[in-house]
Amino acid sequence: MRRLRTRTVVAGVLLGLLALVPPIAAAIGEPYYVTLFTRIVILAVAAVGLNLILGYGGLVSFGHAMYIGIGAYSVGILSYYGIGNGWLHLAAALGVGAVVAVVIGIICLRTSGMAFIMITLAFAQMAYFFAISLKQFGGDDGLTIAARSDFGLFSLRSNVALYYFAFFLLAACLAACGKLVHSRFGMVLRGGRSNERRMAALGFPMLRYKLTAYVISALVCVVSGVLLANLTKFAAPSYMAWQASGDLIVMIVLGGMGTVVGPVAGAVALIVFEEILSGFTTHWMIVLGPAIVLIVLTAKKGIYGYLVERDERKAGEAA
Amino acid sequence: MSLSLFLIQALNGLQLGILLFLLAAGLTLVFGIMNFVNLAHGSLYMMGAYFAAAMFGATGSFVLAGLVAVPATMLLGVVVERIALIRLYRRDHLDQVLATFGLILFFNELVRIIWGPASVYMNTPAALSDTVDLFGLRYPSYRFAIIGVGLAVGIGLYVLIHRTRIGMLIRAGATHPEIVAALGVNVRALNTLVFGLGAGLAGLAGLMAGPIVSVQPGMGEPILILTLVVIVTGGIGSIRGAFYGALIVGIVDTIGRAFLPTLLREFLERSLAQAAGPAIASMLIYILMAVVLAIRPQGLFPVRHG
Repeated sequence: MRRLRTRTVVAGVLLGLLALVPPIAAAIGEPYYVTLFTRIVILAVAAVGLNLILGYGGLVSFGHAMYIGIGAYSVGILSYYGIGNGWLHLAAALGVGAVVAVVIGIICLRTSGMAFIMITLAFAQMAYFFAISLKQFGGDDGLTIAARSDFGLFSLRSNVALYYFAFFLLAACLAACGKLVHSRFGMVLRGGRSNERRMAALGFPMLRYKLTAYVISALVCVVSGVLLANLTKFAAPSYMAWQASGDLIVMIVLGGMGTVVGPVAGAVALIVFEEILSGFTTHWMIVLGPAIVLIVLTAKKGIYGYLVERDERKAGEAA
Repeated sequence: MSLSLFLIQALNGLQLGILLFLLAAGLTLVFGIMNFVNLAHGSLYMMGAYFAAAMFGATGSFVLAGLVAVPATMLLGVVVERIALIRLYRRDHLDQVLATFGLILFFNELVRIIWGPASVYMNTPAALSDTVDLFGLRYPSYRFAIIGVGLAVGIGLYVLIHRTRIGMLIRAGATHPEIVAALGVNVRALNTLVFGLGAGLAGLAGLMAGPIVSVQPGMGEPILILTLVVIVTGGIGSIRGAFYGALIVGIVDTIGRAFLPTLLREFLERSLAQAAGPAIASMLIYILMAVVLAIRPQGLFPVRHG
């Protein structure tokens, strides 16, 4: 009989608990938790997307919040013109996101390392200032959205429905990400992370692989942005602020980069931590900042990454 | 558009560029030598501005404010480096970015606790509150002072790096750190020195910017992003690149914001120009950076090796 690995159990428990959030919240009479966890699940989707290039490709994008913004503004601007169809929202968001990601990806991927971090950050800032300058769509104040996207087949009007829609998309992203990183494509991407010159010498057109990964990860963030706009009924430039991009990276590193489920664990841990801290003091950032430094200095593998490493050590001992 | 207005905006651009240079020089030196990216550089600038504003408010002397703010920021930089950053030099860039991101959150909240969330006002020093008459053009003398200080720092840095023993070690440390260490130079001390120098320059930038911007929590981030654009455009690690890059970014940004909306109105429909003008103007330097990177990924003025 094959022994269950700890991380499989932990991942299963984590996702199982997430699936049970609405009934638990209803049972303890705290419907607010549904909203809180919807935000967690939505940001987890974005973190899973970013992790594809950050964790597996070694490409540290400090600007992925831009794609969350593109998703949110697609819903906002279409709703502003009276188009409430969710499929149209999604199609427009993915279309715009894909074009932007290809163009920006081609430019950014000409650089690597430090310059890549900085140029992705700069592009996200550019999108941020662009959103602020859209006076017609709220500018600095953001754009209020009258109603949630209308998907026809199902309604997102209740918070629980939106939660399960987001949770379903998260599960789909996790399944797709797990398949992708173990496919040939994923192997090439991971090979490029370890030694790009060798991969190039083996004949792999690395730019094409990296660009494809970049666009996929951007589109996952776009979907997360569409969900976020539905949750808050609001699209604001602050979704694209560079702190938002930083938060995504913190989630990934906290959970364990280069693991499929890690970003989800990181998103839950970070936002729950923030929520608890902000209950104690309005100045919770003064604790969060040094906490991030400590995490970086001490817990390199992240929460879930630690389990993965432990399993691999055990497997090594058993063999 | 009149010529005098254009000249004034060009001077404003030069002044912004000089301010950016003070920040970019420190950031690019630290990056060039230690291969370390310090996003908290903007926080040091913010702390410098707060130190200066507090000292200036208490004593009324700008010189005294400078004498306190610059060394205090330098000291703060060195303390932060010794406590946290020194452990990150050998880590990858992701860890460095993340840890310094944490520091930014910390410093922003720290000033919010100490000085409150509202902005702190800092007056222009009385001696420099007048305007200077330049060929019939009236321009605030304080802004001239910023330009003067920045140029002096630029010359000073050039001399320091190209004409002194320390500068030689800094240049050597940037390209061959192991050899420099093997020759018996205390690289740790050299790193701390460079970091302190960068922090001091950030403090100086904070001091000089204090009277013309609002001193408030988070003031370091927008300028940090501009500084990153500068060093990427100019070529990472190169002081020369930081200088020219800063001037280019400062002037393009200021002139673009001032004249692009009017210019677009010449050949676009009025409503469209009104909407697109400010949007394109605020994106101009990022477009510039993208073009530079697309043509010369190493930047316009990369470090010359050999």
